[in-house]
Amino acid sequence: MTMASTKELAANSRDIRPGRIITWTLLLIGGLIMITPLLFMFSTSLKTSGQVYDLRLIPAAPTFDNYIKVLGDGRFMQWFFNSTLIAVTVTISNVFFDSLVGYTLAKFEFRGRYFIFLAILSTLMIPTEMLVIPWYLMSSQLGWLNSYWGIMFPGMMTAFGTFLMKQFFEGVPNDFLEAARVDGLNEFTIWWKIAMPMVVPAISALAIFTFLGNWTAFFWPLIVTTSKELYTLPVGISSFSAEASIQWELIMTGAAIGTIPTLLVFLLLQRYIVRGVMLAGLKG
Amino acid sequence: MASANALPQTGPVRFWDRLNISTKRVIWAWAFLAVPIIFYAGIRFYPTFQAFWLSLTNWDLLRPAQFIGFANYQKMFADPVFWKVFQNTFLYLIIGTPLSLVISFVIAYYLDRVKVMHGFIRALYFLPFLTTAAAMGWVWRWFYQPVPIGVINGFLSSIGIAQQPFLRSVDQALFSILIPAIWAGLGFQIIIFMAGLRAIPGTFYEAARIDGLGDWAILRKITIPLLKPTTVFLVVFSSIGFLRIFDQVYNMTSNDPGGPLNATKPLVLMIYQTAFSSYQMGYAAAQTVVLFTILLIVSLLQLYVLREKK
Repeated sequence: MTMASTKELAANSRDIRPGRIITWTLLLIGGLIMITPLLFMFSTSLKTSGQVYDLRLIPAAPTFDNYIKVLGDGRFMQWFFNSTLIAVTVTISNVFFDSLVGYTLAKFEFRGRYFIFLAILSTLMIPTEMLVIPWYLMSSQLGWLNSYWGIMFPGMMTAFGTFLMKQFFEGVPNDFLEAARVDGLNEFTIWWKIAMPMVVPAISALAIFTFLGNWTAFFWPLIVTTSKELYTLPVGISSFSAEASIQWELIMTGAAIGTIPTLLVFLLLQRYIVRGVMLAGLKG
Repeated sequence: MASANALPQTGPVRFWDRLNISTKRVIWAWAFLAVPIIFYAGIRFYPTFQAFWLSLTNWDLLRPAQFIGFANYQKMFADPVFWKVFQNTFLYLIIGTPLSLVISFVIAYYLDRVKVMHGFIRALYFLPFLTTAAAMGWVWRWFYQPVPIGVINGFLSSIGIAQQPFLRSVDQALFSILIPAIWAGLGFQIIIFMAGLRAIPGTFYEAARIDGLGDWAILRKITIPLLKPTTVFLVVFSSIGFLRIFDQVYNMTSNDPGGPLNATKPLVLMIYQTAFSSYQMGYAAAQTVVLFTILLIVSLLQLYVLREKK
C-alpha cells in the first residue's frame, strides 16, 4: 500500500515535467492511429455510395441506410444468429466441462490423475491445422458437414481452459468442501454449488475468451460449411468477394456489424477482459 | 409406480453404501472425467495419429487411402512452391515477431507510467485485438486500393509521394499483410507486457534510484532482465501466431489466395488449398506434419530457455 502510494506520488510529481506531456501525447496519437481502421470502417458504413470516394472521416450526411439494406438481406441475419448460437453454446460447454475436469484434477486423488493431466496438457502442442483433415473425414463419415454440431464439436472442451480452471480450484480451501461432505451433499453438488461460486473471476475470464475466440473463429468454420445458410459471420463476410462488383459502403457495413458485438462485449466488460488477459498470460 | 421406484433403489444404494469414502470419491472422479476422456481421445488424440498415418497415404476423398510410404514428403521437398511458402512463413515470423514485440514493449513501458486517461488509451491499443480478420481484411484491402478509393494512396498522393501497388505487388504484398497482422495482435502483447512490468517489485526500482541509476540503466539492468519470463512467453506466443498465419492472408488476397504469384502464401494456406481445393488429403496431411514439427521445436525451445533460468 505504502509502496503504491509513494510510487503514485512520484509519478504525479513527474507528470508535470514536459517530457511526460510529450510521452502522453505520443501515446494518445499512437492509440488514435490504432483505431483509425475502425473509424474509417464505421464512417464509410454511414456514407452513401456516392460519398465513398470522399475520404473525410466524418460523413457529410450520415445515414443508416446501409445497415437497413445489409440487415434486410436475410442471409446476414442468419449468419449473425449462427455465430451467436455457436459462440454461446461452445462457451457454456467450456465453462461446464473445463471447470469440471479442472476441479477433478485439482481436488480428487486417484491413480492416473497425473497421467490424465499430462495427456490433456499435451494436446496444447497439437495445432488445429493438423487436426482439420481428420476432423473433416470424421465429419463427412458421420454426416456432420454443414451442421451446427460440425462447426462446434472441436471446441467443446479446451486444454487451456482446463488448465486455467485447475489452477484456480487449487486455491479453493479443502475445509469448505469437507464441510459440505459432512452435510451429506454429493460430489456433483459440492462442485456446482460450493466450489464453482468461489472461482467466478476465472469462470468469467474463461467465458469471455471462449466467446470472443469462437465469435472470431475462421479456419474450421470455413472448412466445415459449404452451404451459405450455415456460414458464421466471419465466413459470410469473407464470402463477399465472390459477389460481382465491390460496393465498399455495404462491405464496410457488414464488417462493422461483425465487429460491433465484440466491441460491445469489451466496453461492457473491459476490466474483466484486461484482467483475464493478464491472468491467462501469467498462467501461460 | 411405487414398486418400480423402490425396487432398483435397494440394490445399487446398498452396494454404494458399502463402499468406503475414498472409493466413492474415486468413482465420482472417473464419472466426472468420462465424457472428457472420450472427447480428448476421439477429437484430439485419435485425429493426431490419423494425421500422421494419412501423411503416408495417397488419400484424395475419392478412393480409399493407400499406403505410399514417404512419397508425399519427397514430393513436398521437391516442390518449389513448398519452399517458397516455407520462406514466406519464416518471413512473417522473422519480421513480425521482433517488430511487434519491440513496438508493444515500448508502448507498454510508457503506458504503464501514464495515469491520466490510462484506461482510455489502453483501450485504444487493445480494441484491434477484438476484431475478426475477415472483417478487418476488407478494411485494409480498401486502405490499400489505388486512388481514388484507397485511403493510404490518397494520403501519399496528397503529400506528393508516388502511388504504391501494395497488395498487387510481388514485393510489397507480404509486408502489406504483415502490418494488419501485427496491428491486430499488438493490444494483447501490450497488456501482457504491462502485467509483467507490474509484477516487478517496486523495491528494486527504489534501490536502483538510491544507487543513483538513471532511467536507461534501470531499464537495462532491472526491467529487461526481470521481464524475461514475460518476454519468452510473448516471443513463443507471437512466433506460433505468425507461423500459423492464415486468416489475414486469406481475407486480404481472396481473389487469388496467397497471391500474387504465391508471394504471400504461408504454410497453413498451402495446407488449406491442398486439402480443400485440390483434395489431396494425404499430401496436405504431410504438410501439417511439417507445421507440427516446426511448432514443436518452438515450444521445446521455450521450455529449454525457461528451464535454464530456474
